[in-house]
Amino acid sequence: MNFRKYLVLAGVTVFAAAGDSMLSHGMKQTGSISLNHLQGVVFAVLNPWVAVGILLLLAFFATYMTALSWADLTYVLPSTSLGYVLLALVAKFLLHEQVSPLRWLGIALITGGVGFVAGGPELTKHPKHPDAEPDEDEAEVRAAASGVEP
Amino acid sequence: MKALYTWSAILVIVLASVVGDVLLAHAMKQVGDVGALRRREGLLAVVRRTLGNPNFFFGVMAMAVAFFSLLFALSWGDVSLVAPAAASLTFIGNAVAARIFLHERVDRRRWIAATLVAAGVALLAG
Repeated sequence: MNFRKYLVLAGVTVFAAAGDSMLSHGMKQTGSISLNHLQGVVFAVLNPWVAVGILLLLAFFATYMTALSWADLTYVLPSTSLGYVLLALVAKFLLHEQVSPLRWLGIALITGGVGFVAGGPELTKHPKHPDAEPDEDEAEVRAAASGVEP
Repeated sequence: MKALYTWSAILVIVLASVVGDVLLAHAMKQVGDVGALRRREGLLAVVRRTLGNPNFFFGVMAMAVAFFSLLFALSWGDVSLVAPAAASLTFIGNAVAARIFLHERVDRRRWIAATLVAAGVALLAG
């Protein structure tokens, strides 16, 4: 794990939380959409909050896919669950909502879970069969060492 | 009866999200380290390889199923039940599925993490 990778995980966390809150804020302005009046969806997208929310969720998906390309699913999911904590803090300090003791306990549990997973390795290294093909990373390292393109 | 509908929809959401997450994680492992690939062949190659991966396509489909079942579940049950129940069960389901299908080493550390996060997410609704 280097700084760049932590930055990608932070991106997954922040983009998801910010995207969801903007969508929720925008959808409350546009009002409810019923299955009989699906054209309401088009008007919803014209709302700037909804539009920015969708862009942020696209950014979330791109960073999520990037993280999954070099880390285990069981590492990425818990480590980016800090987004829930972020949402609760936004509710408390920006929206001045009441955060109950039970919710604070939930925040503490999530934070503890993130601490647990962050202390371990991010990727399962599978033990290699003696005559297995070398994987791409290894080929890359070897090629870089010998100065030949893979 | 309403409760049965709601919980069936929650079950479908959880199954579809787990299938989607596992397929997407598998697809991205096949694509390989996106950062290294971009430095080597450019961003276009990353996009082409990702979008061209069949597992990625089916993963996105599964996520779409999860999204629409969420809409159905929300029309039958309260958001304060459906959202945290689906989210926290998905954490547990993903830990099991990642171990079985992706052969990730879900050690005690990761089990504790998944369980704590699942419990925390469930409590956030309270």
